[in-house]
Amino acid sequence: MRLERRPQVPLLYAAVSPVAAVLLALTLAAGLIAAAGVNPLAAYAEMLKGALGSRLAVTEMLARATPLILTGLAAAVAFRARLWNIGAEGQFYLGALTVAWAGHGPLAALPPVLGIPVAMLLGMAAGALLLLGPTALRLGFGVDEVVTTLLLNFVAVLFVGLMVEGPLKDPMAFGWPSSVPVASGLRLPDLVPRSRLHIGLLVAIGAALLVWLANARTVWGAESRAAGLSPRAAAFAGVSLPRTLLGTAILSGGLAGLAGGIEVLGSTGYVTTTLSPGFGYAGIVVAMLAGLHPAGVVAAAVFVATIFVGADAMSRATEVPSFIADVIMSLSLLCMIVALLLATHRVVR
Amino acid sequence: MIEALDLLLSASLWAAVLRIATPLIFGTLGALLCERAGVLNLGIEGIMTFGAMIGWLTVYQGADLWTGLLVAGLAGALLGLLHAWLTVPLGLSQHVSGLGITLFASSLAYYLYRLLVEVGESPPTIEPFRPLPIPGLSAIPVLGEVLFTQTAPTYLALAAVAVLAYVLARTPLGLAVRMTGENPHAVEAQGLNPVRLRIGAVVAGSALMGVGGAFLTTAAFNSFFPTMVQGRGWICIALVVFASWRPGKALLGAFLFAFFDAYQLRLQNAVEGVPYQLFLMAPYLLSILALVLVARRARVPEALMAPYRRGER
Amino acid sequence: MTPVLELHRITKRFGPLLANDGITLSLAQGEVLALLGENGAGKTTLMNILFGHYRADEGEVRVMGRPLPPGKPRAAIEAGVGMVHQHFTLAGNLSVLDNVVIGSEPLFRLRSRRAEARAKLLALADRFGLPVDPEARVADLSVGERQRVEILKALTRDARILILDEPTAVLARPEAEQLFRTLRGMTGQGLSIVFISHKLPEVMAASDRVAVLRAGRLVAERRTSDTTPAELAELMVGRRVTRPRRAARAPGPVVLRAEDVTLVERGETRLDAIGFEVREGEILGLVGVSGNGQATLGRLLSGLVRPTSGHLTLGGQDMTALTPRALARAGVGRIPEDRHAEGVIGELAVWENATLERARDPAFARNGFVRRIAARTFAQDLIRRFDIRGATPETRTRLLSGGNMQKLILGRALAANPRFLLANQPTRGLDEGAIAAVHAQLLAAREAGAAILLITEELDEALALSDRLQAIVKGRLSAPVPAEEADPRRLGLLMAGAWEVSHAA
Repeated sequence: MRLERRPQVPLLYAAVSPVAAVLLALTLAAGLIAAAGVNPLAAYAEMLKGALGSRLAVTEMLARATPLILTGLAAAVAFRARLWNIGAEGQFYLGALTVAWAGHGPLAALPPVLGIPVAMLLGMAAGALLLLGPTALRLGFGVDEVVTTLLLNFVAVLFVGLMVEGPLKDPMAFGWPSSVPVASGLRLPDLVPRSRLHIGLLVAIGAALLVWLANARTVWGAESRAAGLSPRAAAFAGVSLPRTLLGTAILSGGLAGLAGGIEVLGSTGYVTTTLSPGFGYAGIVVAMLAGLHPAGVVAAAVFVATIFVGADAMSRATEVPSFIADVIMSLSLLCMIVALLLATHRVVR
Repeated sequence: MIEALDLLLSASLWAAVLRIATPLIFGTLGALLCERAGVLNLGIEGIMTFGAMIGWLTVYQGADLWTGLLVAGLAGALLGLLHAWLTVPLGLSQHVSGLGITLFASSLAYYLYRLLVEVGESPPTIEPFRPLPIPGLSAIPVLGEVLFTQTAPTYLALAAVAVLAYVLARTPLGLAVRMTGENPHAVEAQGLNPVRLRIGAVVAGSALMGVGGAFLTTAAFNSFFPTMVQGRGWICIALVVFASWRPGKALLGAFLFAFFDAYQLRLQNAVEGVPYQLFLMAPYLLSILALVLVARRARVPEALMAPYRRGER
Repeated sequence: MTPVLELHRITKRFGPLLANDGITLSLAQGEVLALLGENGAGKTTLMNILFGHYRADEGEVRVMGRPLPPGKPRAAIEAGVGMVHQHFTLAGNLSVLDNVVIGSEPLFRLRSRRAEARAKLLALADRFGLPVDPEARVADLSVGERQRVEILKALTRDARILILDEPTAVLARPEAEQLFRTLRGMTGQGLSIVFISHKLPEVMAASDRVAVLRAGRLVAERRTSDTTPAELAELMVGRRVTRPRRAARAPGPVVLRAEDVTLVERGETRLDAIGFEVREGEILGLVGVSGNGQATLGRLLSGLVRPTSGHLTLGGQDMTALTPRALARAGVGRIPEDRHAEGVIGELAVWENATLERARDPAFARNGFVRRIAARTFAQDLIRRFDIRGATPETRTRLLSGGNMQKLILGRALAANPRFLLANQPTRGLDEGAIAAVHAQLLAAREAGAAILLITEELDEALALSDRLQAIVKGRLSAPVPAEEADPRRLGLLMAGAWEVSHAA
């Protein structure tokens, strides 16, 4: 029995793969839910209700999707160019920290129309810088970026902890250490009044559009795709591999840093060491479910956010621990790569 | 300053080094075995987490400690089988499969733990492995405390280094595994099955990873809490490169690393004014440094990461 | 007497492609059988079925009269069949002994018996005249030495039938002759041999019988002594495909000049003070066995690497430091050695591959955005002009056949009317029809005044197309020989390095 490449991949197969993968993941997870003594269908119903069942739920879900869109884009951009950026988590945190610092300090007095974009840019710069290190190590020394970006995640969180317990400590906060808050003028306005959904969502969707545009229509997008598919052939055609890789790193790190910055400006107003419940890693799943397409990233982010917000609600209503969300998400990833394989290959005797 | 140097002379430091090195030894040996056969196993962080949980849980449910380790090893082997299936016969991206398994195994571990264990103010505990003094040898001053009064799993780890080194270098099976990581077509052309060899190596390596994780909950600490692996799995991946894919050097790397970890822990208490986070950062930064230093000279197994497709040349 | 090997009605399909169609062959003891056919005729597939890498859809293989279980190299090895693959199945990081021993011992034996294995290896090496150092690291060996290891691998497993797949593809003439002498010695010791080749002179010189394959079918079997190269050529190709002839032409001024170019990489001198000139409207043929610096020269002229010392000038202007894109802008067309790995990106569409090299040219880009319509039109034009079959601008390039892919690569290089064209192994792996098409295009470019550097391993191709020839051996070039004075014997000698070394350009 062998796997043979299909000459043409029917569009239907490619489109159905993520759906099939998700359904399979949900089915497998149902077993775990049953082990908790809960009816899986009832549990999933609670999940849907908790994420989509009311205006409040939907705004919660979309607010959760916002950083996921951005970290998803970060992973998609990087993976497309075969830059294995697993450091989105750390880049998120550095972006958040930078925005918290800038928003409290240097930018506090600026009018929002100036201060907010500048803060976002600073967040992006921080994220980009963090990814540039491992990228430079790969270009200069041939060090695999998977491990270096992963290890830097831990370093970044520790650094945030250091700052938040030290120079940026909020003297007014009780309990868990958090940073000084950004100026209230720099907070992102709500998208839907009296909810947690802020205009960061629009920024995220805008970013997805720009990434799509860059990928599909620009020379840089074409070159980085070529470099990701076949570095040798791309080099022969004159594509500068270091330049495309560095450009990719700046964009990918920047998007992850932006995710962190927007979380601070929009959701909390400050940074802590637990600001991210794994947005960086979830972004990788989002990107894979989306087939690395920017448009798919938005859809996949909404899906993952639904699972997470839904699972929180479900765990409040039933005995099922909320970790089921991570289980479903990771199973979706594994099922997705298998589904993609079956879509692009056929089984032959 | 004097205090910092003084620490180097304390036997308890070096005993701690061995203890801290143990999970790293298991993890690095496991990752090394997988990579020698040509498969990068990024599931290590998740496998160690799951091993930690299931080993602890088995003991918590009443079994003895060795059964706990065995179950952890089996769980690791099963997760390894999943990774092997995805990457070898199916030929999927080793990066993505490994990361997916880390996410899956970790989340499954936390889910099952939360489901099956009542957590009160502090997590429940078990009776961990106690140091097992080797009669006679443990009475030797200094060396006795450091080397011969460790827990049984630590001795197991040291033995595993020797066994793996021997198998890889001196047995036909070891040669077959090594060649699978260099040129699987060569293996096939001589009548062996590179697919089975790769799967076997990944399963065995992942079992070692599981045991390494279980050491954390059955010997180093005595309870399970989320994020207890703290990136040790990734550090093992770095250590494999540092060790040039050889078990002996892996032992050295694990020791070096554990030394820095043990030292910084004690240094924190001894030195005033420096934020503890800086000390905690050191292991990760050192691992990156180790990778950079070794990168140029690294003789990577030639077929590492390359999927094997029969007949394709 | 029972034949040692019988293939009976072997049929194999790969999707729509019928690679082997009912082939029946036999091999007698002590015989040397040559399997002849052009690229894609099905020779390697047939041998892979024999050795167990593939399973036949129909048919049977019998070794020494007994049926061979299909699909298992181990069964073939145990039956006494050994294979020396075209692309060596060796692990470079391991030693010669490791490579030979693998698979020969029970897998779960507790200790490998290396001393015994070493002794056996040295004995075999001695007996068959194939000296090797058991502890040497395979990656450090020369190509000829590696081939010896491949052969010894088979002999260690007590092979009685030896299959060699294009054994001389990477050997110089003297080494090839040595190999065939060694093979003769083996038949004297009772072995039977099948070797695959597409080189007529070898087949004529070294085999007892010849089986000709064409498009998956066995079209003829002859005793070598009863046939001629001309007959075999026609049987191989099936019709009189005449390759285009070169018309005499007076060349113009020098377009490309290399002076004293040396390239040292990782401590090894790959190009050693070479010099050559290519003039307008002429083809300079560089012949040599692979591994003598051609790849490096190709990379140098493609703008992928810089020389350590020396000059390259294009039309009088220094081109030593130009990047691939600058070269393209300066009027250089490049055909890479490996069309799959370097020439095209399979997953991209034809139009994308057609324009990737010029992606930043104003013709195909505006303000950083791709001008898709212009690119598609250009691709459509190439398809028409260069007869690229099975393609539209949108087609995924990996779906094209080898010949059509090469036409695409050629087309995009020629479409810009280059003044210098680098053609590196332009017909490697192509069938006769595609080869004729490529040759026609090269000659047309020469007519139009391009200066062409043809790097090739195929002697007859070089002779047919070149106005002047030079041989490349171990990074050095022989003095140029005009086509009228070049014959296979003289060139063979040059390729083996027998010349009075002259550095004159």
